Amino acid sequence: MEKRAVFRAGSLAYLLILPQLLLVFVFFYWPTGAALYWAFTLEMPWGGGNQWVGLENFSAVLNDAKYWSSVAASCVFAFAATALALAQALVLALFVDRQLRGSKSFRSFYVWPYAVAAPAVSLAFRFIFAPETGLVAFVNQWWPGLWNPSINGAQAMTLVVLCFAWKWIGYNFIFLLAALQSIPRALTEASAMDGAGPLRRMLDIQLPLLTPTFFFLLVINLTESFVGADSFGIVDILTEGGPANATNLLVYKIYSDGFKGLDYSGAAAQSIILMLLVMVLTFIQFRWVERRVHYK
Amino acid sequence: MIERTPIFNAVTYAIMLGGLLVVLLPVWMAFTAATQTVEAVNRIPFSFALGDELLTNLGAAWQRGDFGTKLANSFILATGVTLGKVMIAALSAFSIVYFNYRLRTIFFWVIFVTLMLPLEVRIVPTYAIAANALAPLQAILDVTGISALIAVLSGVQVSLQWNLLNSYVGLILPLVATATGTFLYRQFFMTVPDELAEAAKMDGAGAFRFFVEILMPLSRTNMLALATIMFVYAWNQYLWPLLVTTDRGTYGTAIIALKQMVPNPYGGLPDWNVAMAAALIVMLPPVVVVALMQRWFVRGLIATEK
Repeated sequence: MEKRAVFRAGSLAYLLILPQLLLVFVFFYWPTGAALYWAFTLEMPWGGGNQWVGLENFSAVLNDAKYWSSVAASCVFAFAATALALAQALVLALFVDRQLRGSKSFRSFYVWPYAVAAPAVSLAFRFIFAPETGLVAFVNQWWPGLWNPSINGAQAMTLVVLCFAWKWIGYNFIFLLAALQSIPRALTEASAMDGAGPLRRMLDIQLPLLTPTFFFLLVINLTESFVGADSFGIVDILTEGGPANATNLLVYKIYSDGFKGLDYSGAAAQSIILMLLVMVLTFIQFRWVERRVHYK
Repeated sequence: MIERTPIFNAVTYAIMLGGLLVVLLPVWMAFTAATQTVEAVNRIPFSFALGDELLTNLGAAWQRGDFGTKLANSFILATGVTLGKVMIAALSAFSIVYFNYRLRTIFFWVIFVTLMLPLEVRIVPTYAIAANALAPLQAILDVTGISALIAVLSGVQVSLQWNLLNSYVGLILPLVATATGTFLYRQFFMTVPDELAEAAKMDGAGAFRFFVEILMPLSRTNMLALATIMFVYAWNQYLWPLLVTTDRGTYGTAIIALKQMVPNPYGGLPDWNVAMAAALIVMLPPVVVVALMQRWFVRGLIATEK
């Protein structure tokens, strides 16, 4: 790990790293510290300063039924979106990796959802799945009111999940294909010689060797769908947390409580809880990344 | 390896075509809608026939979203974040990898931890910092008693104030303050043979010269990859620009202009054709960048995250 030929450490070493440390301190550590401070205090009205309230903010958050419905919505969203995004990408990667003629041109299309902005694709999804126009509207013609995500919470959730899963196909595909391509050809050739067809090789050779990458992506997708930027953008454009809070994900609730409800302490307490969740997920990821199988 | 599996090959192509349909459908539909008139776009069932209104709709979207200013702002944001990241990350990774000092491991972890908590989770306090970026310094001065000292000595009350709201600096800096790039460089610097630095030293080159003339040219591929990733990341930012720019007319980015494109359901026929034209305008730049840089960016993406 360590480099042998290092330069003599002088002030230059500190000077080089200073900009990054300053940025990280001002825009990461200080705000995180402020969140902790706010979570345990309550701002007094009319500028009376902050009063220490211990765990009161947390108990207020945890005793709020709306918070738990938001937790439930977030869990449904995160697991459904992750499952769908990974499943689609996995199937595509497995088949593209067969490297038939023309696979390469398919490949470059599968990558592009990565580059498309989540709010832009949300706008497109809002049109495609609008109840009165677009692609799905015809079902309302032969059964009025069958599809309306602006009233039906379950349908709104489906829509949000579909949008996230679409956006994350690209990212997952890139990683899964890279992992597939690093599987030694000798392995596949040997099993082909033993009479295994392509489907059998997928199930018995490629899938087991993909597990490390797959678990890595599982954690990344879960983290992203719980706290990521895309979840926020998708919800804000598609549903704004509605109808009746059916898609009010945790990351959206922090924003609306903090900036629309101006409840800084409550939002900070929610932030701390989410931070803990992300830490747990990251910890799990490290366990998996450490155990990664190296097949080079 | 040659195999004859005609049926399975057909299945493969069917699945790949299905995937293509899934990936293309939203974008293709947005494009079709953007070429149609308001009446055509509201017809049920939706017709995939292309209209000839593309330029009209693009023009209408351009005007309604004020995309001249907004796209310029998005470019400033994306280039600012990209350049800042590519440079600052290279410098700090160089310091961590090539210098031997006691704090290097601590610094490494201090930077590394920032990977864990995305901006969205600590959004409220980060916003407070943007309202006054000098608040930490002020607090340090207050706590250490320096500001009291200054007040006694000179009679001046120290109150530092640097508001970043509605400024490009405020848009850019918090997005640069993460560890992604530092890691990409670090991983790469670790694979550079030690002999190169030794040889450079023997020839009398200082650390900085080695960095500029040997290490940077070697990392060109990594820089391109990082630049692509950061450009896409910054361009597609939504929540942060939404909060920091209250003066949308001057500092708003293209992405946050999309929200106002959602047609009003009570104002006659919803003009989804214009909304879709706006979506196309906004999604184009990062897609082009990724298409051009695909080779480097795929490698870089995989190296950053593992």
